[in-house]
Amino acid sequence: MIGANSVRKEGRAKVLGTAIYTDDKFMPGALHGVTVRSSVPRGILREIVFGEGIAWDEFTIVTAADIPGTNRVASVVDDQPFLVGLGEEITHPEQPILLLAHSDRAEAERARAAVRLVVDELPAILDIQASLDLEQVIYSTDNLLKEIRIEKGDPAPIWAQAAHVVVGEYRTGAQEQMYLEPNAMLALVERGAETRVSVWGSLQCPYYVHGALKQLFGLPEGRVRVVAMEMGGAFGGKEDYPSVNAGHAALLSWKSGLPVRLIYDREEDLACTTKRHPSRTRLRTAFDAEGHLLALEADFVLDGGAYATLSPVVLSRGAVHVGGVYRCPNVRIHARAVATNTPPPGAFRGFGAPQSLFAIERHMDLCARRLGLDAVELRRRNFLHMGDTMATGQVIREDLDLPGLMDRALAEIHYADRRAAHAITNTESGPIKRGLGLAVFMHGCGFTGNGESHVASVAGVEGLSDGTVSVLAASTEMGQGKNTVFAQIVAEALGLPYELVDVACVDTDHVPNSGPTVASRSTMMVGRILEDAAIGFKQSLVQQGFLQEPYTAEAFQAAVKKAVAHLGRLRCYGQYHRPPNISWDDKTYRGDAYPTYSWGAYAAEVAVDLDTYEVRVEDFVAVQEVGRVVNPTLAAGQIEGGVAQGIGWGLWEEVTMKQGRMVNNQMTNYIIPTSADLPRIRVVFLENAHHAGPGGAKGIGELPMDGPAPALANALENALGPLRLDEVPMTPDRLLSRCEEVAHG
Amino acid sequence: MRGYLPPVEVRVPATLGEALTLLAAEPGLWTPLAGGTDLMVVFNAGHLKATRFLDLSRLTELRGIAEDNNLLSFGSLSTYTDLRECRAVHQHFPNLVKSAQVTGALAIQNRGTLGGNIANASPAADTPPSLLAYGAELELVSVLGSRRVAYASFHQGYKQMDLAPDELVAKVLVPKPTGRGFHYFRKVGTRQAQAISKVCLAAYARLEKGCVAELRIGLGSVAPAPVRARAVEQLLLGQPLASLPIEAARLALGSDISPIDDIRATAHYRSVVTGNLLAQMLRELTQA
Amino acid sequence: MADQIMLSLKVNGQSHSLQVHPFARLLDVLREDLRFTGTKEGCGEGECGVCSILLNGRLVNSCLVPAVQAQGGEIVTVEGLADGQRLSSLQDAFLTQNGAQCGFCTPGMLLAATDLLQRNPHPDEAAVREGLAGNLCRCTGYVKIVDAVQTAAREAR
Repeated sequence: MIGANSVRKEGRAKVLGTAIYTDDKFMPGALHGVTVRSSVPRGILREIVFGEGIAWDEFTIVTAADIPGTNRVASVVDDQPFLVGLGEEITHPEQPILLLAHSDRAEAERARAAVRLVVDELPAILDIQASLDLEQVIYSTDNLLKEIRIEKGDPAPIWAQAAHVVVGEYRTGAQEQMYLEPNAMLALVERGAETRVSVWGSLQCPYYVHGALKQLFGLPEGRVRVVAMEMGGAFGGKEDYPSVNAGHAALLSWKSGLPVRLIYDREEDLACTTKRHPSRTRLRTAFDAEGHLLALEADFVLDGGAYATLSPVVLSRGAVHVGGVYRCPNVRIHARAVATNTPPPGAFRGFGAPQSLFAIERHMDLCARRLGLDAVELRRRNFLHMGDTMATGQVIREDLDLPGLMDRALAEIHYADRRAAHAITNTESGPIKRGLGLAVFMHGCGFTGNGESHVASVAGVEGLSDGTVSVLAASTEMGQGKNTVFAQIVAEALGLPYELVDVACVDTDHVPNSGPTVASRSTMMVGRILEDAAIGFKQSLVQQGFLQEPYTAEAFQAAVKKAVAHLGRLRCYGQYHRPPNISWDDKTYRGDAYPTYSWGAYAAEVAVDLDTYEVRVEDFVAVQEVGRVVNPTLAAGQIEGGVAQGIGWGLWEEVTMKQGRMVNNQMTNYIIPTSADLPRIRVVFLENAHHAGPGGAKGIGELPMDGPAPALANALENALGPLRLDEVPMTPDRLLSRCEEVAHG
Repeated sequence: MRGYLPPVEVRVPATLGEALTLLAAEPGLWTPLAGGTDLMVVFNAGHLKATRFLDLSRLTELRGIAEDNNLLSFGSLSTYTDLRECRAVHQHFPNLVKSAQVTGALAIQNRGTLGGNIANASPAADTPPSLLAYGAELELVSVLGSRRVAYASFHQGYKQMDLAPDELVAKVLVPKPTGRGFHYFRKVGTRQAQAISKVCLAAYARLEKGCVAELRIGLGSVAPAPVRARAVEQLLLGQPLASLPIEAARLALGSDISPIDDIRATAHYRSVVTGNLLAQMLRELTQA
Repeated sequence: MADQIMLSLKVNGQSHSLQVHPFARLLDVLREDLRFTGTKEGCGEGECGVCSILLNGRLVNSCLVPAVQAQGGEIVTVEGLADGQRLSSLQDAFLTQNGAQCGFCTPGMLLAATDLLQRNPHPDEAAVREGLAGNLCRCTGYVKIVDAVQTAAREAR
């Protein structure tokens, strides 16, 4: 089963149009909820004025004063209110103030526009530098949401002696996940002797929402139910935000006693939900005369917006990845997430790593130029190998072959030949200049540090009365193929055909907490737990005399039928166990930051039109080592989609902010690639089984986001000559101004 | 959907006469609706002020593309797809085909109309530069009759047109080029497809005895409305193809355009790229 | 209250008549009044193609069609593509080639592909990419979608 191209479990419903997404679920008598938001970035809320011409008594209205439990969204730090109360501080321009619901969607929209907020405005902090300069103190005493230091060896004495010291500064902008289904939530709160809160939504992490609702309503475990509906994409954008909109929908239902639909339109979704953190990375590197890296100093800063949300963990992943795939004896990493009066960013595929890897992979090309070395050769001289130690002190224990990975990418794209050919044609007078670029990188699989131990995920396998097997896990399907891969892993462990295993509806009343569906952890971490659970399930069938080994699929099915008939219910669970010889100290940031890494070498070929500064990606090769590939077709789909998002981030996707709000919050003006904008992305897997995952699998989902932007920037420099390509996206406007810098000296 | 459904009145006239009578009775109160690809976007966003609409989509008088010896006459309800699928358009007006191909994507092209593209008066529309390059005329109708205006003088400022409140654009008349012609069209959008223009340049030149005998250049997204590059045209008219003053033309362009910064591009970018497209067009013309 | 109109249309071969606001989006009429929820909303501005349907044989964005203009129209939605439980060749190819990941663009994408193959039964890759350029997908990078369309085209041969 593992290694087979099994067909997507829910695929048939998707092509028939019968898959039920949140907004497709029919709830008779449901009200339509809307959110009234601030429009100023910072101030004190003084008054809410309900305007003329609206029959306000027909509305359900919820303000902060109505909240029955705690007005804080449960997260890493509980600092974000669901709603801002009178006299309290508004900290970003899309901040929810009050909620309205009405049976007529049109009326609800009309009423939203009729609410006026009286606010005493305060001066706002709108970017990283203003926050670091403490122009205003808007968070804690220092505007820092989180600060991390990673230290190895001592770079201090190196700078003066090194043959070469290279300094660079790199910036990346916010990026919108642009899942095609905007955030959506339905809620039903039954109020009686025992209040019971249920939500159905487009969400990645059912137990995050579960925890948030418990805290919001002050309810015990069993009185909150979260159901994950079919999800129209997420990419991290439905990791933490659904705790907010689920709370809002549930509050409206709790107050009205009716079901409530809270469906964002695209404009609202773009304006107020989470994005990739903007970043600024300063790097200083020292090399010896032969081009060996001696010291690295990194100052990595993320714009964390108005509340901590996931910034501490995004920062942590970014900081761990800032050294890239290179051996370096002396390292100082200083990482900070700073507060600004903007809507809080959050998770997006890559989770901090694309930002810091863009910096280091661009910087390596800059270093090569300064050292007079080829960028490929400089990388080759500094790659990590088995036995080497990373910045956190983590020792590479796997048989890592980065030169092999890189050489395969170079061979696939005919790097040397095409570069040589372009060097000649680029001297001709035409406007089209071509170039090739490379990035080599890694992505840590699963949570950083002790994350897995904290979550202690549980997943299980259940026998059904028809003799088939159902997978019990709270991991959600967002298109990545979780349903299919879990079924394959369990089928493999049980020696059954794929068709006999299905995946249970993700409903917290029915499935255990297998942790959030994030961090490329589902296949590797939850898959491994499922493997254990399946083996336990089989053993218990054998031990109780229902099954004898060896068995056929028919015998297994008959045994399950019999066992279910006999026992009533047949379930077996597994739980995460920290593998031996893995350790992490969260205080010093020393140890094994991740159980293992996936590795990639991506190469891009671009054509730049110097008449219009448009960039076409003419070829793209993605070579990666992700352990054993469970489903090659689905895995390739993950890589292709991730590369497309990476290309978008690198070239076109720009969030334009004015006074702390996104002003291009329409699909027309936030530019993601169409089919006509992308080449056929060529994907190569080099398999190298790893003991940590089921059947040797590692994480896949996030890796492809890391490589495209630096590979494209490096290719652009190859096409155009030395150029300040230190910022993404490299829009035509930006390329023009960078080319003009060169022309004007 | 942020918008809501306000009380609206929609009339669906069965004949052009009926539509014009309605317009004449209450001029300015009725907003014409054709393919809806612009209007519905504004409506869905909740920004549409109008509440009374005249649905023109069933008026057969405004449909069809007719050809005679001298010109093609496009009913204002001709869709982009109609333009793409018409052999005579391919034969005589390749720039118009290209304009239609790059307006939105297919689902938009199936609904959006030439008349709507003109009367919506967006400076970023993609058919106007080609219509300007081909010296199109418009036939405007009202209950009082019809009149013809040169398309080049139709747009008078941002969303301002030589169109009375009781008039409709009935036809777009485009003279067939004669003699040796040169056609150039290029749109620079925010991406390769389904994009709004940042710069659009269309040109038509008639060549005679190695010289530029006739030249019209239409520009989009670089002024409050689609514009002709008249200073450039003036400079190049009569010049020998072998030695076109490309740099002088680029300089002259400065007085023809007035680009602004917006969400899609800076004024500087628009200005540089328009100059580059002009130079590219002239280099191709030199080779013609 | 706004004037309502009596709208008559045919969806996947079945006739329907209902009272609607004249500017109700065809998308909402299909999803909310007639419960054809296979058609999705992604942007509400004709940009993403998620709401694509066939109206009188032409691909359109149903979010940009006011009900009044759908009067008497014949509509095909994703629910009308399969023959009972038998998938169309395109649906089958999307299923086996992993052309649907999250599945949210899939209904619109299938309609756009159906329309493309009707006009051009054997498109090359560039023609597929152009034909589907009005339908955004954020999951696949389009590779498997292009493959699925070309597979379906080959199988129809």
